[in-house]
Amino acid sequence: MSLVRASSAPQRNLLSPALALLTSRALAHLILGGYALLAVFPVLMIVINSLKERRYIFGEPFALPNPMSFSLIGYETVFSRSNFIQNFANSLIVTAVAVFFIILFGSMAAHALAEYDFPGNRWVALYLAIGIMIPIRLGTVSLLRFMSNLGLVNTLLGLILVYIAQGLPLAIFILSQFMRQIPKDLKDAARIDGASEYRIYALILPLVRPAIGAIGIFTMIPIWNDLWFPLVIAPSAQTATITLGVQQFLGQFVSDWNAVLSALTLAMVPILVLYVLFSQQMIRSVTAGALK
Amino acid sequence: MHMHRRASTLPVHIFVFLAPATLVYTLFMTYPLLDSLRLSLYAIEPTGVERFVGLKNYIDLLTSPDYAPRFWGALRNNIVFFVIHMVVQNSIGLLLATLLTTKGRGRTFYRTVIFMPTVLSFVIVGFIWNLILSPLWGVTEGVLKSIGLGHLFRPWLGLESSALITISLISVWQFVGIPMVLFYAALIGIPEEVIEAARVDGATSWHIFWRIKFPLILPTVGVVGILTFVGNFNAFDLVYTIKGALAGPNFSTDLMGTLFYRTFFGQQLQLGNPTLGAAVAGMMFIIILSGVLAYMFIWQRRIRPTEL
Repeated sequence: MSLVRASSAPQRNLLSPALALLTSRALAHLILGGYALLAVFPVLMIVINSLKERRYIFGEPFALPNPMSFSLIGYETVFSRSNFIQNFANSLIVTAVAVFFIILFGSMAAHALAEYDFPGNRWVALYLAIGIMIPIRLGTVSLLRFMSNLGLVNTLLGLILVYIAQGLPLAIFILSQFMRQIPKDLKDAARIDGASEYRIYALILPLVRPAIGAIGIFTMIPIWNDLWFPLVIAPSAQTATITLGVQQFLGQFVSDWNAVLSALTLAMVPILVLYVLFSQQMIRSVTAGALK
Repeated sequence: MHMHRRASTLPVHIFVFLAPATLVYTLFMTYPLLDSLRLSLYAIEPTGVERFVGLKNYIDLLTSPDYAPRFWGALRNNIVFFVIHMVVQNSIGLLLATLLTTKGRGRTFYRTVIFMPTVLSFVIVGFIWNLILSPLWGVTEGVLKSIGLGHLFRPWLGLESSALITISLISVWQFVGIPMVLFYAALIGIPEEVIEAARVDGATSWHIFWRIKFPLILPTVGVVGILTFVGNFNAFDLVYTIKGALAGPNFSTDLMGTLFYRTFFGQQLQLGNPTLGAAVAGMMFIIILSGVLAYMFIWQRRIRPTEL
């Protein structure tokens, strides 16, 4: 704007801006640090106390476990009295299979919408996008009937199908945005070389790998953490996911503090390890998912 | 290769690409949703026969002495739940995002740590806070005592007057990272020259934020608002984990989601009623759809000119 006035700005006292900068930096650290502490404190309390004997959990909740207070009794209870391993395996299967098909079916549909100008393209795109905003949960009453007619209640397949349907809208929306940015020349060159349309899809897929990674992470977490559909569609002991299994275990063992704290820690560990490894990608994927 | 192919028919490969996604999505998402809306217009007789009753289920929810108090209670609580998220979660998210954009050490670390709770499940978060706030364990009381505020401690989750606010704040604790990273992405997207020009003109940081940055991130404010709205009016898991399906004490933490679950599956003395449950879901559908449409046709149109 007014470049003329620029020269007058640095003429002020040099000390006070420096001091102001220092205090504002300290304040920023204080607020960010304080909030970060608030974010980890409850989680830390659970993990620390899961490794102590009961009387130390209550006697010295803030102390780290030491040779005197250390105990794994809670973990023993969890492994002997719950289906932890089975629940964990169920979650792993459901999440991995669902995410795989969300990416496969989603990228195929996104490719069709991004690449071909067929009649009704925009309507199909709009139809497939409705599920981004309207939660699939609202159709639960009919979904449960439908599942029961198909014999899919209390099966992992039932859960997988619901999660694929739930994850597809956002996956298609984001992937088609990315696929539209791929230069036309590339595809036309392949066509001249005699590549089929299926070959072209296979050619494009590696080019949108970052978007696929983002969608993988973005759709995986809500599936892993979901309580509603395991509770409604697959509540049996054989099909319970880790989220439901932990919920039921905690309900039964509510007064066994060692067991509760250990079960919570065990349930958090896989997702926290994943988070430590991929936190930057996860954060970026949330941004991509919401702002694209 | 050279079969008859009329321009109006879909080439086979397009059909192949679209079919799997469209099929799964239609069968397990749109069909159940529409069929559930249809069911909300029926009643199931004791013989098991479905009978069309028009809007009776909806009218019952709104007016009958059996259901209306629960419906209006859940709706009121859900509005409180939403307002607390909009005011507390999104303001803190904006504040933290703004601080993250300032220069200094440890910004990535702070962002990573503050975002962490969003990857945990509601079940874990609900139980963690149940324990942390428990008067039995006394962790919160201990923390408050150490700063001389021990007398302020109450069993907040157990009191009718504070349970809903406490659960809302637990949810805020969990999800503040989402608005934070969205606002952060929008703020760092503002061209440096725009801010530099204002600074040269002698504008203070406060003015730069409210007069320049905030108007430029309005599209993101809208996105955060609609995500909060849809998420909040669909919430269920946290209340169910902390308070169970009865959403106590005395239904003070009942949300539309817990009302839906209870109506559909029943509770202690009352049998489940699928079609009335479908009507509760229908109400949630109407609320969420109105929010989405308002966002698309009012908010997005109005702010388009200032978009980056």
